[in-house]
Amino acid sequence: MSLPRLRLAGAAGQLGSIAVTLLGLLMLTFFIGRLMPADPVRAIVGEDATRETYEQVYTSLGLDRPLYEQFVYYLGDVLTGDFGTSIRTGQPVIEDILHVMPATIELATFAIFIGATLGVSMGVLAAVNKDRWPDHVVRVLSLFGHSMPIFWTGMIALIVFYAHLGLVGGSGRMDQFYIGLVDDRTGFLLVDSLLAGEMDVFWSALNHLILPAALLGYSSSAYITRMTRSFMLDQLGQEYVTTARVKGLSRHQTIWLHAFGNIRVQLVTIIALAYGSLLEGAVLIETVFAWPGFGQYLTSNLIIGDMNAVMTCVLIVGVIFIGLNLLSDILYRIFDPRTR
Amino acid sequence: MEKTILDVRNLRIRYGGSPVEAVRGVSFTLGRERLGIVGESGSGKSTVGRAMLRLLPGATITADMLRFEETDLLALSEKEMLKVRGRRMSMILQDPKFSLNPIRRVGDQVAETYLRHFQCSRREAHDKAVAMLEAVKIRDPERVFRQYPHEISGGMGQRVMIAMMLLADPDLVIADEPTSALDVTVRLQVLNILDGLVRDRGIGLIMISHDLNLVRNFCDRVLIMYAGKVVETLKASDLDHAQHPYTQGLLAAQPRIGGTRQPLAVLDRKPEWLEESL
Amino acid sequence: MTADTHPRSMPGWLIAPKNILVFLLRSPTSAFGLAVLALLILTAIFAPLLATHDPYVQALGNVLKPPGDGHLFGTDELGRDIFSRLVYGARITLTIIFLVSIVVGPIGLVIGTSAGYLGGKFDTVMMRITDIFLSFPSLILSLAFVAALGPSLNNAIIAIALTSWPPIARLARAEAMTFRNADYIAAARLQGASATRIIVKSIMPMCLPSVLIRLTLNMATVILTAAGLGFLGLGAQPPMPEWGAMIATGRRYMLDSWWLVTFPGVSILSVSLAFNLLGDGLRDALDPKQMNRR
Ligand SMILES: Nc1ncnc2c1ncn2[C@@H]1O[C@H](COP(=O)(O)OP(=O)(O)OP(=O)(O)O)[C@@H](O)[C@H]1O
Ligand SMILES: [Mg+2]
Repeated sequence: MSLPRLRLAGAAGQLGSIAVTLLGLLMLTFFIGRLMPADPVRAIVGEDATRETYEQVYTSLGLDRPLYEQFVYYLGDVLTGDFGTSIRTGQPVIEDILHVMPATIELATFAIFIGATLGVSMGVLAAVNKDRWPDHVVRVLSLFGHSMPIFWTGMIALIVFYAHLGLVGGSGRMDQFYIGLVDDRTGFLLVDSLLAGEMDVFWSALNHLILPAALLGYSSSAYITRMTRSFMLDQLGQEYVTTARVKGLSRHQTIWLHAFGNIRVQLVTIIALAYGSLLEGAVLIETVFAWPGFGQYLTSNLIIGDMNAVMTCVLIVGVIFIGLNLLSDILYRIFDPRTR
Repeated sequence: MEKTILDVRNLRIRYGGSPVEAVRGVSFTLGRERLGIVGESGSGKSTVGRAMLRLLPGATITADMLRFEETDLLALSEKEMLKVRGRRMSMILQDPKFSLNPIRRVGDQVAETYLRHFQCSRREAHDKAVAMLEAVKIRDPERVFRQYPHEISGGMGQRVMIAMMLLADPDLVIADEPTSALDVTVRLQVLNILDGLVRDRGIGLIMISHDLNLVRNFCDRVLIMYAGKVVETLKASDLDHAQHPYTQGLLAAQPRIGGTRQPLAVLDRKPEWLEESL
Repeated sequence: MTADTHPRSMPGWLIAPKNILVFLLRSPTSAFGLAVLALLILTAIFAPLLATHDPYVQALGNVLKPPGDGHLFGTDELGRDIFSRLVYGARITLTIIFLVSIVVGPIGLVIGTSAGYLGGKFDTVMMRITDIFLSFPSLILSLAFVAALGPSLNNAIIAIALTSWPPIARLARAEAMTFRNADYIAAARLQGASATRIIVKSIMPMCLPSVLIRLTLNMATVILTAAGLGFLGLGAQPPMPEWGAMIATGRRYMLDSWWLVTFPGVSILSVSLAFNLLGDGLRDALDPKQMNRR
């Protein structure tokens, strides 16, 4: 295979537009953080601080300066990797977030694996049987996944599969008595427990992971299913599919060797984007499952009004989204011969 | 005409959801010859062609007889049909821009025909494909083998298509307007290549076309279709003595070099042609 | 088509909606969606008649009663009747839908049509801004807004509205760009009509139908986001009978008293499913290829 050559001009233009979007993102988080009624000083000093303490914190935060100046400072801070400190933990926010991120990534990766497998197979099934009963069943199933309030489904699933059937682990990343048993090396519990050779912890972690991941995966599969179906229908209507049949390929071979092969690139793009949207569901599902990840960090700080932490979280989600968009673009260029 | 390859009697085809038959009682036979099917758009030419390969999803095909060599095509299971398609009977589609898979290498697509039908190594299939690409007069077959469809021209694409469809050495090839998507300058070239191969290998050819002149030059016999029926069958050399008014109309509507400067005749259709049968 | 039977008796602007409605009713799934929404609206209107109890009155001697025995869906941790609370909750859901629509529709329409019609720098800047908004999952951005505004139902509605206009603006812009070069627009321009006048009088009415449909398609997301905010304690505050918030309070008792979380959840699920089914049907109804096929 020849080395993929990205079109330089296109790439440069894209970088420029990413830079602008990132700047906009920063502006947005900055202004949400500063312009709104929530009082950052009160959040730090507490309700019954003296007037002097209040004033002191007010100036030390730079809140007495004009807004654009504050923004420049904020920009400088962010560019140097300083996102402020968390009120609750007293740690730099970014360190807190890096600490909780692996738990979410582990959950989301597992979920996207389930979601993609489910979504792609349902989408192909629906397309191949367009307007027949499998298509209708898939349509209802995927709309259902798209419609469920995931925090509620999470609870019901906990009641059924954990409390009543005892099939899976309950809340948290592992059973209580395993906590602290393995060292935190990568932050990914499945990996860490294997590294430490603690199979019990590994199984417990898997047992706790499976339910939230399945729910997240199912809810994200709706979008993947819809897109897979429409990509697939598009391909099945193409003349080259007839060519393959004329050559003597069976319907099955035509679908998988030709039509499906041709949507792989598009699918990767879609799945990358779906991975980003999982973060949304993760915020809710982590709350339900007491999953010590990014989502729970975000919501717990929301409730105590720690805007530093909240805005950094939002910023990070935005950056992840932009990154995934870029990634899917790049994948497209690498894998589609027509864009080389 | 020594041996009959194809014997079609009273072929009727109805598309799913359509109240009327698209093909209404077509009969013809084909030997080791080149048969042209001509008719206006929508007359059912492609439908007849695809019915031979049983590639009409959702359509019902009935016939008193649909015999291909010793095989009754309508009696075959889908699985048996897979051994007919590509191996014994194949079809050249209209536009190489759409009929080649855009993200697979041209050569792999050609070789696939061989791999489907013969127990052999990839290497062997590759060699066969390259030889076939050479046979359709592609100058640098190894290079073209490695190219993607968007990298080759339309004329080249149609030659690749011919190579792909003749690779397994079928007995019958159906060419559905093989040159209508091509630039006029390469049409003849492509047709000559196809014609040469078909003659050399003794392959039966059904050439579907709008173009009477083209059919006149490249076919032995011509079938004239109108609204799902065959209105007339005649030798290509006898086209000028056509009996049926529709054929005469078609001929009159063709521009001729050196013909009169009068406006071309407009085709005139009579409702009774729909009913009469041959 | 069905409307052909009495072409005279029907005003022109009603024919298309009627056709769409007929189409929707013919498909079982979208008919189900319509039925659920009709039920939701009726419930909200007749809430005082339907409710068997006052949704706010506590009965501490009668807490966590399972369904039956005078309480159709049981009682919650403060002895309130869950069925009655759900019935009144329908009003909150409808309020959210209504308020979000009347904020988002006009904002999206104005921004989208002016960007599309005016083009140039204004368009570039506006589309950049929508890009930025679109680079967040809507729940996360709503969370950020509510966090800053302070938790309450009204703020949740504002936050949802602030995050859901970009797709509408996108759509309106695309439509406006196709109309921009139409002859009658050029004619209006030549007659000296101002840009504002053209946008308001000619372009916006043309974009309105697709904007309305897009709003319907978005409603399921709006409902789930609102419920999610309520669940996180950032939307409607107790003692309001908002479905998401009911689930949040019921969570503590869910292992023993399943009815506390089950019924509000089923309500949310039904309404968002109804909107999704309806949206799916609308997509089919408006796809010309599909229209002819059936
Ligand atoms: N997939 C289909 N479903 C329903 N009807 C079809 C389908 N394909 C073709 N038809 C109808 O069958 C009739 C014959 O079509 P066919 O494509 O065989 O004509 P043709 O002679 O090949 O025309 P052209 O010269 O335009 O290729 C037409 O009336 C057409 O509308
Ligand atoms: Mg045809």
